[in-house]
Order: sequence, then C-alpha cells, then structure tokens
Amino acid sequence: MSETNRRIFVQAIILLAAASFITGCERPSPQSTQEGYRGTGLVDVQNPRSLAEQKQANMVPVALPAAPAGGPPSSLIFKNVKVLGDTSVGQFTRLMVAMTSWVAPAEGCAYCHNLANMASDEKYTKVVARRMIEMTRNINGNWKTHVVETGVTCYTCHRGNPVPSDIWFDHLNEVRSTFAGNKGGQNMPTEAVGLTSLPFNPFTTFLEGGANIRTVSTTALPTGNKHSIKQTEWTYALMIHMSKSLGVNCTYCHNSRSFTDWDQSRPQRATAWYAIRMVRDLNNQYLDPLQSILPPARLGPAGDGPKVGCATCHKGVYKPLLGVSMLKDYAELAAPAATAPEPVQTPEVMPLPVAPAEATPVQASVPSSPGVAASSIATQAH
Amino acid sequence: MEYQNIFTRLQVDALAYDGAPLVAGTGNGERAGKPFFSYWFGKIGDAQVGPIYLGWTGVTSLLFGFLAFEIVGLNMFASVNWNPIQFIRQLPWLALEPPSPAYGLSIPPLNQGGWWILAGFCMTISVVLWCTRMYRRAKAFGMGTHVAWAFASAIWLMVVLGFIRPVMMGNWGEAVPFGIFPHLDWVAAFSIRYGNLFYNPFHMLSIAFLYGSTLLFAMHGATILAVSRYGGERELEQIADRGTASERAALFWRWTMGFNATMESVHRWAWWFAVLCPLTGGIGILLTGTVVDNWYLWGIKHHIVASYPHVFPIVPDPALGAGK
Repeated sequence: MSETNRRIFVQAIILLAAASFITGCERPSPQSTQEGYRGTGLVDVQNPRSLAEQKQANMVPVALPAAPAGGPPSSLIFKNVKVLGDTSVGQFTRLMVAMTSWVAPAEGCAYCHNLANMASDEKYTKVVARRMIEMTRNINGNWKTHVVETGVTCYTCHRGNPVPSDIWFDHLNEVRSTFAGNKGGQNMPTEAVGLTSLPFNPFTTFLEGGANIRTVSTTALPTGNKHSIKQTEWTYALMIHMSKSLGVNCTYCHNSRSFTDWDQSRPQRATAWYAIRMVRDLNNQYLDPLQSILPPARLGPAGDGPKVGCATCHKGVYKPLLGVSMLKDYAELAAPAATAPEPVQTPEVMPLPVAPAEATPVQASVPSSPGVAASSIATQAH
Repeated sequence: MEYQNIFTRLQVDALAYDGAPLVAGTGNGERAGKPFFSYWFGKIGDAQVGPIYLGWTGVTSLLFGFLAFEIVGLNMFASVNWNPIQFIRQLPWLALEPPSPAYGLSIPPLNQGGWWILAGFCMTISVVLWCTRMYRRAKAFGMGTHVAWAFASAIWLMVVLGFIRPVMMGNWGEAVPFGIFPHLDWVAAFSIRYGNLFYNPFHMLSIAFLYGSTLLFAMHGATILAVSRYGGERELEQIADRGTASERAALFWRWTMGFNATMESVHRWAWWFAVLCPLTGGIGILLTGTVVDNWYLWGIKHHIVASYPHVFPIVPDPALGAGK
C-alpha cells in the first residue's frame, strides 16, 4: 500500500468512526410521527426502546371478578363507613381487596386497619385512604375535562406503593449565607425540571399556588405587559416538568413558532390546561389538609405533606397506563362524592381475604438528581 | 511539503527577535521580558513567546477581568456551600443571577443581585480597557485599528444585553445571568417572552452574518491552504505583487461560481461579516421589549409569517370560557 493510499484509508476510517459516533448517540434511532401540517415541526419523537420499556412498566393488573350489586348497603353492614356506604357488601369487599393490592400489597390489610377492630380510625393511613377515595371520586366526577371517561383509580398513582412515586415537597429555604451564593430558586440540576438550570420548584408556585403562567404579550408592540424574563423562566420550568412527566416534547401541545397561540395549538393543550387546575384543586382540597395527621416520617424537609404533580399519575407516559381505563371495572370510584349516611347498628366487621395473588408487583422508578442534596421530587416513600 | 501553515512537521528555528520598532511619539513603552521558545506553540504557530507589552491598560484590564471572574466564581462556589466536589459537578448549572425585576434600577443588597452588578461592571471595564489597549498597540505599531473596532462590535452586543437594554426597560432583572446553562436557558426564555426572536429581522441578519462568517472563513482558509504550495500563504506579498498562487485561487472561484474576491477584498468581506454579526444582533436585542413586545405578532402585522392549513380541530382558549 502506497503512502497516499494508506493515508486515504486511515482518513476514511476516522470519518466512518466519527459518523457512527454522531449517529449512534441514541440507539435505536428515534422514530418521529408527524402530528401537524408538514413543515410546522409538530412532530412527536419517541425512542422505540423507551416505548417498549413504557409498555412493560404500564401493564394494568387484571381486574377482580365483578361482585353482585344487590343486598343491603355496606353502610348498614359495617361500622364507621363514611364513603362507599352506598355499595353492596360484595362490591365494598372487592374494592378493599383491590385497594390492598394496589396500595399496600406487601403490608396487607393491616397497613390501614387494626385487624382486631377493622372499623377503628386509629391508624392515620385509614383516614388518608378514606380521603383519597373521595379525591378519586372528585377527579372522576368533576374533572372529566382532564380524565374524560378513562378516569383514575388508586393504581394510577400508587402502582403497588403505599406512597406513590413522583410526589413533591416544598423546598427548605436554602439561603446558606446572606452574603453570597444566592441561587434565586434555580441553577441546580434537578430531574423534576429536566436537568435544566430553570427554577427547580415550579410546583409550589403553579401546582399549589395559582400563579399566572402566561407571560407573553398579546400585542405586537408594548402595551404595558410587565412580565419579566425571570417569570418566563418559571413558566418554562413548569412546562419542562409537564413535558418530562408525559414523555413528550413541546410540540405535543404547542406550535413552537407561537407557544401562546391557541389557534395553532393541538387540542391536547386544552386537556393540559384543565390538568393544571385539577392538580391545584387536589393539592389544596385533599393533600395539604392531610398534613396535620401525617407522622413526621411522611413529611418533607420543610414539614409539609406530600403533594401531586403531573408525573404522579403520568409517570413519563402521555396517558397514564397508556390510556387503559381501570375505572370501568371499579365503578364505585366513579360515583360523584356523596356523604354516606352515618351507619346505625352494625354487626362485627367481616374478615377480609388476604391480598390476591394477581396483584402486579410494580418496580417504582427512582429518578435521581445528580449532586442534589434536596430534590423537590421524593422518589418513593419518604 | 514538509513545511505547511498549521500543524507543521518541521519547525523553522531562528534567533529570537524583538520585532519592528514602534512609531515614535505614540506614548507606549517598549516590550518587556526575555523571549523564549516553546516546541508545542511551534506546532501550531510561532514558537517564540514574548516579549510582551501590557501597559497600564493591559494591567488594569487583567485586574478587572480577574475581579469579575472571582466574583462570579466565588458566588457559584458559595451557592454549593463551598463544596469543591459539587462545585465541579454542578459547574455548568451554577450562576450569578441579576437582581429581581422588583429592584428596578436601584442597587440591591450584594446577595440579591448586587454581586451581579459588581461583576458586570468589572467585566465591562476589563473588556473596554483591553479594546483600548489593542487600539493603542495598533497605533504604536503604525497599523490600522481594525482589530480594536471588531472587538468593539462584540462589546456593543455585550453592553446592550447587560446594560443599555436593562436601563431602557427600567430594571436589571432583564439582563443575562453569568453561568453556562443559565445563560442558555435565559436566551430561550427571552425568545419565548418576546414572542419568538426568529421573527426579529435584526436577529435574521445577525444569523446570516454569523453563518456567513463561518462560511467565508472556511472558504478563505481552504483556498489559501490549497495554494500554499505556490506561496499563497504569503498573502501580503500576493496582495501587492500578484503571483501564480493568487491567480489560481481567484480563477478557481471564478470557475466555480462565476465571481471571485481578490486577495485583499476577501479580508474585507470576512471582517465586515464578523463585525456585522454582533452589530445587527445588538440592534435586534435593543428593539426587543422596548419597541416590539411580540415578534411573532409583529411578523404577522408585516406579512412575514407563513400560514398553514389547520389539520386538527381548533380548541378555544379555556381561560376565555366559563369553565373552571
């Protein structure tokens, strides 16, 4: 081989290696699906490997055999039934079994109940569970703008964990020094905002508080819109959280040439708009008030109770459980919240069967925040 | 062929030289320091290092530059509680943020953006002094002042971003943070807040000059390397006394695209493209928020926004409805 040929050969090898390095960054190549008019960049990009993982992680547990509806309502049969009182004994028992497998498969009935007195409210977990049933019914009854007829069950968030993954807590006020090093609530690698340097806790602001999200002007020339770039960064952080929670890019909802323009947005954007209001409602009406009854181990570093964000249900998927409805098999959770009549005279509590074998064990994903002392997303039971 | 312009295989060795004499009466001192040779510098350029002239502009510029660097760096270090491992790990995320918009144009406490103002002040002083120094060095050498003016163009963009525009907007909060990822996230948020900077015509110009600069640089560098076997790298001689290298370079482009720059004019092309990139960019930034608040809507007003057919149902803004 002559000197020149050898050189050309070596150069070709280097070029090939460089090309395969660049194109091989993501394996296999991501697939893109056109979602809008050609040329607008409204494209959904997904990696087939991640899709396969998503499918595996979002298997729906087999529904328990349906229970008969007849007979006296469970509020007359059991003591201290404040919700679900209108269900039959069979339906009530079936739902208790299902909830055990969804929420506390390892701990069993005793996670919430005193087995010697099932009616007792002495365990805080039972009081929380009752409130969570009310919350589930509120979602399914009053937030069809977001969950439509698919609805949610306990499993949507819990996935076999007593405390769902992807919940969040307030941040401790992290001012370590009054002299220097003020982070301004941002500039820290955090999974919750996609490892950007954007504000790392958009949750307290937007998903508990009702801060204004819209910062962009509605007129071409200045007409008094005082929203700052910093405020826009907070909105941006919330949007990144939504994008990460759903495993989609911006163009799943927006036409990126004008993020604000509803006429060019996909209909999914309205679904997400209701979701923000729904999550605010859940955090304020259901989760925050539970703080007072939770033991210290369940509270966040700032002493607040756990709260929900988009990822708590979605877990990285555009529709929780890939859009499969579990609610249709558990219609008791669909009923609009109604106050059950106080039970009158009831016999002793029926023993509950042990957790069924078909409860699907779910590996909770543990997102990590590299180098972060206090991430706002608690990964598991705190 | 053993000696080429860059990444040389042979190093030309000579005695150290102090360089041409200075223009009398320019008020600059002589160069200082004993020159030495670096084999590795010789690989990529001239092996001789020094002598150097700093002067008071150079010394003060380095001093203010060091101050700015330290203020930013130590604030970042403090933000990770002085943990050296976290400092290195999180470095791309760390930043020194400008004051909150609520402070307006007042001077806030140090930890509320005061440090940012100090760092920005020191950095501005530093680059302006460095530019002055380059201007004065050029004069002392009897050169034109093109380099200083090109640097001034970059300083213009920097000062627009960090000073002129925030002053016009009435608060320091509009300015850019010091930090690697934070300044990039700021850029994205800036574009979103002001309705998509891609519809800003000065942004368009700036991008054209930016990409144009790289294109021109690649074309010119490639052309000169390609004719260096005919002495084409001696560009100054070729400008004054056109030889076969210059002829071939010119004819190559004339054949390829019908037009050719000359050995002299190609440098004007490159200089203007490079200078106009931050110059037009700075104008575009200056107009944003002060004159135009939403560039996309401005684009619609001036018929530069393409319209596309709707392919999915239009959903009205839920905030306008009676829904929750």
